[in-house]
This record gives sequence, structure tokens and C-alpha cells, in this order.
Amino acid sequence: MVSQSISSAAGQPGANGAKGDLAFELKAAAFTLPVIRLLCLDMDAVEAQLAPKVEQAPGFFRNTPVVIDLGELSASDADVGFPQLVGLLRGLGMIPVGVRGGSAGQNEAAQAMELAILGDSVKPKRAEAAAAEPSKAARANSAAGAKAQPIVAAQTDAPVIGVDTGSTLIERPVRSGQRVYAAGGDLTVIGAVSSGAELMADGNIHVYAPLRGRVMAGLKGNEGARIFCQDLQAELISIAGHYRVSENIPAELKGRRVQVFLDHAVLRIEPL
Amino acid sequence: MARVIVITSGKGGVGKTTTAAAMAMGLAQRGNRTVVIDFDVGLRNLDLIMGCERRVVYDFVNVINGEANLNQALIRDKRCDGLYVLPASQTRDKDALTVEGVGQVLEDLGKSHDYIVCDSPAGIEHGATMAMYFADDAVVVTNPEVSSVRDSDRMLGILSSKSRRAESNEEPIREHLLLTRYSPERVARGEMLSLEDVQEILSLNLLGVIPESQAVLNASNAGVPVILSSDSDAGQAYGDMVSRFLGEDVPMRFLEAGKKGLFSRIFGG
Repeated sequence: MVSQSISSAAGQPGANGAKGDLAFELKAAAFTLPVIRLLCLDMDAVEAQLAPKVEQAPGFFRNTPVVIDLGELSASDADVGFPQLVGLLRGLGMIPVGVRGGSAGQNEAAQAMELAILGDSVKPKRAEAAAAEPSKAARANSAAGAKAQPIVAAQTDAPVIGVDTGSTLIERPVRSGQRVYAAGGDLTVIGAVSSGAELMADGNIHVYAPLRGRVMAGLKGNEGARIFCQDLQAELISIAGHYRVSENIPAELKGRRVQVFLDHAVLRIEPL
Repeated sequence: MARVIVITSGKGGVGKTTTAAAMAMGLAQRGNRTVVIDFDVGLRNLDLIMGCERRVVYDFVNVINGEANLNQALIRDKRCDGLYVLPASQTRDKDALTVEGVGQVLEDLGKSHDYIVCDSPAGIEHGATMAMYFADDAVVVTNPEVSSVRDSDRMLGILSSKSRRAESNEEPIREHLLLTRYSPERVARGEMLSLEDVQEILSLNLLGVIPESQAVLNASNAGVPVILSSDSDAGQAYGDMVSRFLGEDVPMRFLEAGKKGLFSRIFGG
């Protein structure tokens, strides 16, 4: 359920297979982690606002590695109070693993708490792209709105520039055997999706034509992702790994305009 | 430069070679310098359908390998001026086709012809991808049944992603649908997909509907492209198809189950 971005190694299944006498292999992998970007140093306020968020999605935060981002703090060399912060994050079930964007003094303090110092060089790209509640972040739709709160539980790596950040639009039919993957965002298809075609997206999937292929929304575990289609004839529908094959889709919903979403880990199909 | 037309389908036995022969003959009959190439290396059939099997000396692979020049390998059709056949090799396999080799042959042929018709082998492997790689137009031959429709759909996906035009971001291949072995009677009885059913899935420019006809088998056995049997329904339908390809507005025929008259009932017309 925790989102983990896929590294190059993930593209080679069987990489863990037997390889003679090797005890281990050294590999590089990239992971997507939620970032807690501190906007103020009042730890009580942080806890007061973070706790309800965790309560909303306890499964998401439990044992989730998180990164603390100090880049937005106004006082650049202020004492963050890492012991208290780490304590409160652990108390809420998270595993703080590192900091980024801090000053030399803050980094030293972080290291004393056994937090890794993550380079800023990776900041603009993927390495710390957010996954936590991306749909909510998208729905909030404005970075300013999100920043009004002291904690942004999830932050897409590029600042949100309008809703269409990372979304993909396909205007041609998706034919049998073709696969379309919208990494990090929504996928919208205007042409028909044929039987044997595959649509995948980290976010929502919209299809404005007959949908006869396989669709997988929330590919990286985003349970808030949804599928919207105008004419449901899909072979398989899946959200965050919860799936249904055509056989298990009620006949009265076939050929109709529907949305598909997860309701307490149960896949629900509702007419629109 | 000649226009390269690939006749393709994915599925086997739907009528690709019959269509390639008819298309090439139809284009040539209308005064176009046309060559039809058999890409089915190892399983060549086009020479039989074209009735030139006893005149094959050199073949496509010989030309690619530089063992013969094009003029030695091209077989001139005796029935129609300006029509040539480039047969496939029966003794090699499809790996003998290379992008560079095929590209060179097509370029050379293009200098002296108006249309190059490529008869694709079945499948989506090397032979089929070679046949479609350089295409400007694709005629997707489909039978009115689900497996053929799905295979055609798959082939359309490959056409839009693995062709030269797709790879160099040029204007995409023009895709046309040709529905073959269509039987209006069986459609009326619900035993066969209708034209509308097929178009709902493929939604392509419809080039023609060829009715199921005994004339096709007869023509194949005789080595005469069926378009030459102009008194048969299939021959006429192929004629219409070529006219439509060349931009004429010809109404669709043979879509309705014909009312059988007294004589045809008696004599099984």
C-alpha cells in the first residue's frame, strides 16, 4: 500500500533469481517517499494538525518512511528540535528517515538523531516525488491553498501548476496490444480502448469512448484514484491493486457511463 | 515516388493474398504502373494466385542479397500492361528480409512505378513488420468474426507505432478497412458479425466489403486474380474497392441479403 516508485531494476523481474554463489547484488533503486515540509517550528502546532491527517488514513502512514523538508523555513538556521519532531512522527506511526534543505547546523542536529542528509540535487526530480494523497493534493488544485496549512503531507515534486501537472491525453484509439502508462498523474483517452489494450495511471483514468480493454488506476497504490468511463465494457478494472474482471462486473452496469472507486478496500462501480 | 500499400491483417487465411492480387491488378488496369511484392518468404503463394508460378527465376531475397537485379526478378503480367510481380523466396526464411534491403528495393521500384502493393504474411512477427514498415497506406483485411477483428485491431496498433512514418514522426499511415468473406444471409441470421459490429470496434475508413463467393476459390485455383472475373460479385466488389482507393465515390454493394428469384432458387444460383 505504501507507494514505492519503480527503479530501473524493477523492469527486470527475476533479478533476484538464483545467481550462483553471490550473496548479494548492489543495485540502485529510486523510491517515492512522502515529504513533510515544515513551515513553522511550533511542534505542538505540527502535531495538532498532523494527527487528524494520520487518523484519516492510518494505513497509509503506518510504518511509512518520511523525509523532513526544511527548505521552506523562514529562519534558515533555527533549531528545529529534532528529538521532539522525530518522537512525534514515530508516535504517529511514521519512520522519519532523513532531512533535506537544511542548513549546516540543522544537518548536524539531524545526523545526531540518525537522520540521513538527502542532497538537494535530487530535489527537482523524482527522488522525492510525493505519493501521499496525491489525489487530494490534486483536488486542492492550488499550491497556495495547500501551503496555508503548516504541513503539506504530500507535495508533488514540481510545484502544482494547474491541474494538468503530469496528466496524459491520448486522442487516438488505443488498439489491442498497446499499453499506455501515465506516470505520476491522470490519463485521459478520447478514442476507443480496444479489447486487449491496457491503460495504466498513477492517478485517475478517464475514457470518453467505449472502454473494452484493461484499466488500472492508482497503479502505485493510490487508493483515492478513480476510473471514469462513458461506456463500460472493460475486461478488467483495477484501483490500487483491487480488481474485477469482466465476468464479475454486473451486467446492468455494462455499456453504461460509470465511475469506479475504492470504498474501504472494496471496488465499487456506480452509474454516473 | 511510388505509393506503398501494405495488405495486412494479423490473422491468416482472411484473404490478404487474394486482395493483394486483386488490388494490384485493379490499379494496373486503370493505367497505373504497379508492382506487387510477396513478403511471405518461405510460404509464398502470390505467384500461384497471380498465375505466374512457372516463370519464377529469381526472387525478392535474391534481389536483397544482390544475387540478381530487379529486372531479372520482376515477372511481367501477361494479362495487363504495367503490372509486375516480385515473388518471395520459398527456400529462405523471413530473417532474410532486412530494413535496409527492403528499403533499397522499394526505393528502386519506386522510381519506375506508381504503386507498390506489399502482400504481408500473417502474424505480427518480422515478416509482417517488414511488409508494413515502409507503407504509406495500409489495407487491413478482416473477416466478420471476433478473432479476426481483434487481430486487425492489434495490427492497427503496430501500424501506428512501428512503421517508418511513426518512427520519423511523419504523417501516419492511411489505414483502410476491407471486410472480406462477408455473407449478408448469415449476418441476417445472426451467425456473423455485421459491418456495423466490426466498425464499432475498428472504426476505420471502409474501403469495401467483399462478399463470400465461390468465384474467389475458382479464381485462385485458376491463377487469375478474382477482379478479372467481372461477372462475379466478388470481382465487382474488388473493382469498387480499387475505385474507392483511387478516390472515386462508389456506393457499397452486396451488403443486403439478395432476394432469390425463382430461377436462382431452382438452379441454386
